[in-house]
Amino acid sequence: MILQSFRMAFASIVANKMRSFLTMLGIIIGIMAVVVLVSIVSSATDSVTGELESLGAETLSVTVTSSRYQPLSVNDVTGLSDEYESIGSAAPTTTQSATLKSGDTSTTASVVGTTAAYADINNLSLQSGRFIKSPDVTNNSAVAVVGTDVADDLFGRTDIVGETISVDGRSFLVVGVLADAGESLMGSENSNIIIPYTTAQRMFYISGVTSFTVAAESSELVDAAENDLTNDLMSRFKDEDAFSVMNQSTILESMDSITNTMAMMFGGIAGISLLVGGIGIMNIMLVSVAERTREIGIRKAIGAGRKRILLQFLIEALVVSTLGGLIGLGLSWVLLAILSLVMDMTYTMSAGVALLAVFFSMAIGVIFGINPANKAAKMPPIQALRTE
Amino acid sequence: MIQMKNVSKIYTIGNEELYALNRATLTINDGEFVAIIGPSGSGKSTLMNIIGCLDTADDGKYLLDGQAIEDYTEDELTRIRNFKIGFVFQNFNLLPKNTALENVELPLIYQGISRKECRERAENALIRMGLSERMDHRPSELSGGQQQRVAIARAIVTSPSLILADEPTGNLDHKTGVEILELFKELHANGNTIVLITHDDGIAQKAERRLRILDGQVTEDTAS
Repeated sequence: MILQSFRMAFASIVANKMRSFLTMLGIIIGIMAVVVLVSIVSSATDSVTGELESLGAETLSVTVTSSRYQPLSVNDVTGLSDEYESIGSAAPTTTQSATLKSGDTSTTASVVGTTAAYADINNLSLQSGRFIKSPDVTNNSAVAVVGTDVADDLFGRTDIVGETISVDGRSFLVVGVLADAGESLMGSENSNIIIPYTTAQRMFYISGVTSFTVAAESSELVDAAENDLTNDLMSRFKDEDAFSVMNQSTILESMDSITNTMAMMFGGIAGISLLVGGIGIMNIMLVSVAERTREIGIRKAIGAGRKRILLQFLIEALVVSTLGGLIGLGLSWVLLAILSLVMDMTYTMSAGVALLAVFFSMAIGVIFGINPANKAAKMPPIQALRTE
Repeated sequence: MIQMKNVSKIYTIGNEELYALNRATLTINDGEFVAIIGPSGSGKSTLMNIIGCLDTADDGKYLLDGQAIEDYTEDELTRIRNFKIGFVFQNFNLLPKNTALENVELPLIYQGISRKECRERAENALIRMGLSERMDHRPSELSGGQQQRVAIARAIVTSPSLILADEPTGNLDHKTGVEILELFKELHANGNTIVLITHDDGIAQKAERRLRILDGQVTEDTAS
């Protein structure tokens, strides 16, 4: 009986190709919206969290947000590692934008002023030369370590240790070149130039330390380090709004909540379009029932019971919505493949999302098909036969 | 075999009770070819609906093959129609999107008969109606006479105890109408019970027995 109903449903769908397609369109677009948006968001989330995790879990970054208090000095920061056992090293940082020049070539780059510990904290390695050393900091030396992109832009090559670069008009001796770190979400060191913190202070007129990064002694001690840091800063500023301590997990958490909100928002919007698609199915099915009153009458007269008629129309709605869902899924896959190619990202569709989409479209078929089907099944045969 | 005793069907319009059938009593035996004649508004359609189990009577007794048809649910009536009655309508009532063969198969499919047997029996019925060349045509590709033959094939395919024809020649030209009536005569000769409903005395003459219905009352028509 069910098999027969499926056969009849398919026959009816094929007989009304255009109408079936238009009915499906709502579901196709709805499913595409859901699947594509959710896939993009979840792929983006995956890549972001992946990058954040690769940054290392033991670093903390501190920003002093209030200027009302006596600022921290470089020694205050570098001394943190001696003061607390949980803290492995700490380096003040300041990032400014400056124009670099070498001969006739010039470029703009971020100038990072920091101390020797910065390399360890951020896992930087050098392809040639050396990093900033503590004498450089104490002597305000005009030395610089450059990223590969900067070196390439200015000299067209990367073995430039011993060359001179002018930074906003001041000459700097290149003492090291960083290894290629690859592109990353948080910006790459490749396009930075690193100079001693004290030198940067003089160049950019910075009085104290407003931001610094800290590495915990080990990844188990991150929480302890965060506590020690917070207590230290509290005793210094006596105001918890004056500074903020961020660790990787808080960044991850806030990223997570952002992407979750995005996923929910997108899902909601897409869900509305699915709902509209479902209403479209109900609409067409109701029209179809009215239009086929006579057919229903004939079928009933020659022996189709209520259940048969109900099943026939319900299965028709189910087949239309499921087909729509499957087509939508196929098109989403194609769209994601194209997007991945064009945007140079890998957007993947998870099996869970695909399964959910198909299940959802089937559910929509049943939910919105039951009312028209029931209407058809309840039609009295004499009345249905009388209709022209 | 049809037995009706004092069957009434009452419609209430406003405060007025209208007897579409007023204590109709009739008996039709197996193998008979009976015409029921009446002008429009005589209660003819109501009688046909009750005989055809499309509707139930408000009062009285109706026995079809000795089985009392009353207070049945819609689905039970559907089953009775499916197995015992073959309908032939004035406007053929074929499914326009299905082929002749599919139309004839339909009542068998609803009986739950295997696909292969459905096909076989439907083909045989169509061959009997002289439509062996037209099985895969849709109704729109067939003439009126051919469509009515498909409808008759659909009516006889289940071997029902009763063939109920409602103005079967009403939408056909005279010549085709005569051919269709010949078919009914042929079916009658093969032992089928046929009830033909018409307003046309000329057509009723083809039947071996005539019943007249007027204002909901059925009388035997002896004049010939």
